[in-house]
Amino acid sequence: MTLVAAGVLGSVAQAYAVDTRARFMAANCAYCHGPDGKSRGAIPSLAGMDKAYFVDQMKAFRDNTRPNTVMTKHAMGYTDAEYEALGAWFSAIK
Amino acid sequence: MTFDRRDFLKISAGAAGAAAVGGLTGCATSSASVGGAKAKIVVVGAGYGGSTFARYMKMWSPQAHVTVIEPNDFFTSCPFSNTVLGGINSMEDITFSYDTVKKQVDQWVADKVTAIDTGKRTVTTAGGKTFAYDRLVLAGGIELLFDKVEGYDAEARKTIKHGWKAGPDQTGVLRKQLEAMPDGGTFVMSVPMAPYRCPPGPYERACLVATYFKQAKPRSKVIVLDGNPDIASKKGLFLAAWKKHFGYGTDNSMIDYRPNNMPRSVNPKTMMVGTEFDDVKGDVINVVPPMRAAAITGMAGVRDGNNGTWCTIDYRTFESTVVPNVHVLGDSALTNFPKSGSVANNTGKMCAAAIAEILAGRQPDQAPVVTNTCYSATGQGTAFHVATVFRYDAAGNKMVAQKGGGVSKEESELEMAYMESWAKNVWADTLGLPESHNFSVKG
Ligand SMILES: Cc1cc2nc3c(=O)[nH]c(=O)nc-3n(C[C@H](O)[C@H](O)[C@H](O)COP(=O)(O)OP(=O)(O)OC[C@H]3O[C@@H](n4cnc5c(N)ncnc54)[C@H](O)[C@@H]3O)c2cc1C
Ligand code: HEC
Repeated sequence: MTLVAAGVLGSVAQAYAVDTRARFMAANCAYCHGPDGKSRGAIPSLAGMDKAYFVDQMKAFRDNTRPNTVMTKHAMGYTDAEYEALGAWFSAIK
Repeated sequence: MTFDRRDFLKISAGAAGAAAVGGLTGCATSSASVGGAKAKIVVVGAGYGGSTFARYMKMWSPQAHVTVIEPNDFFTSCPFSNTVLGGINSMEDITFSYDTVKKQVDQWVADKVTAIDTGKRTVTTAGGKTFAYDRLVLAGGIELLFDKVEGYDAEARKTIKHGWKAGPDQTGVLRKQLEAMPDGGTFVMSVPMAPYRCPPGPYERACLVATYFKQAKPRSKVIVLDGNPDIASKKGLFLAAWKKHFGYGTDNSMIDYRPNNMPRSVNPKTMMVGTEFDDVKGDVINVVPPMRAAAITGMAGVRDGNNGTWCTIDYRTFESTVVPNVHVLGDSALTNFPKSGSVANNTGKMCAAAIAEILAGRQPDQAPVVTNTCYSATGQGTAFHVATVFRYDAAGNKMVAQKGGGVSKEESELEMAYMESWAKNVWADTLGLPESHNFSVKG
């Protein structure tokens, strides 16, 4: 009974809430790209990156058309829809 | 909101998850009912897992009341501690203050937890204070089992260091012992049986100590006593580095690697390490004993997995599968992730994300994706990695390694720069170090 109610609330709340799944996935990149995608070192920052550029880079890493050390291994683990969600998330960070 | 929050707070991750996957996850009756008040979350241990969790919990659920209990005044990083042994960095370079985390959470308790009552939902500290919780997060890392190695008693531990929990009394003393060792001496180190904290860590340590010897004490040797039948992580890359830099495979090798050689005894007077086959003499001895999930997980009765050594959890929430409202993060959890700082940092966020959803009356992500990357340094200005993306498979209740993961093609200077950047970013993320923080660590 409560579960049904939770489902209703979930969809209502999600309609105007932040995309919490994208928020967590993006936070999962922070150990290399820095908190909020603001890097403190040689790994590039992701904060404020143009969304289309971001998605293109993820696809280029996945297809191995952009030379890289580690990103192909990460990009291959996510779906195209997740590239979009992550791109939207990072592009919105000031 | 017009909804009664209490109803939603009663929804457990386990129950919601079970409904979604059509099965039971083992803790379907768990509940976070908090009677409409602020949810009280108590975090034990502010290492890579606990500190990250506490920070993200406050960011993602500002209304939650977060208490952190941690006895150490400073955060000392195990990652990069091998570079201190190698003389590349100092203890100061890997030691950080908790100032930002302390400000972010509601309550910081500088004490050690000595008892947990999961029936009454309370935690008690050595100082005699008791804290009530709605959800308890155990992020205590590992417990080292000295009594599994004959002679490794309190007296022996004054001389023989494990260096598997970084700090001045471990990493710091071990470095001083290496400095005091005469040229031509022998450093005897060990690798525990898998699963252990940081699979590549021991082999990296062999590189870093050999780096120091090569430069300062060229007639000295590193003997690696490995309890495992073979190099347990990044084998090809470590062998290549040992060959390229330390003469491995020749008569002049600085590294003498001995698989299936679990240390059974230590003697600080004779400076001998006994294995099943041999007695090995060292000028500096560095034995890492077998380990299990932190003592606090034993106090909570959640050390149920793998013959009572690690804690089984539900991957969607990191809630224990045996005791409701108790979550276990980082090295203590029984998972198919490597026991790394990267994973502890990420599982801290995963658990915070799940609890934030539950507190908001929603179901936690039923298909979480999480990643691990472990860099290792050679000491020679180069590094390499292993990287994996894991995706939750609800049907099998397990994390599945995605296609495409694996190790670097070869060691490189570029990856040393990235490893250094990884360290700065993971420290910034775990501890909330301000953007103005000046890092002194070197690659
Ligand atoms: C030599 C070495 C090199 C490593 N290199 C890397 C690397 O390059 N990359 C990587 O990703 N990982 C690396 N690791 C692994 C990494 O250090 C661990 O995986 C990580 O620290 C696990 O985080 P944790 O939060 O589980 O435990 P910890 O970080 O150990 O934190 C546990 C905390 O709990 C506290 N605590 C314990 N008991 C209590 C109690 N009773 N009451 C209150 N507080 C308590 C402790 O004081 C501590 O602060 C390395 C480890 C070693 C030993
Ligand atoms: C192990 C560290 C690591 C992790 C984790 C990681 N990255 Fe990267 N990222 C790098 C490095 C290093 C580069 C530079 C390319 C290379 O060598 O792989 C990079 C490059 C990128 C770029 C290109 C930036 C530019 O300026 O062109 C993007 C986009 C990116 N990463 C996105 C992500 C996202 C999204 C995640 C999380 C899902 C992520 N990365 C996780 C290390 C990491």
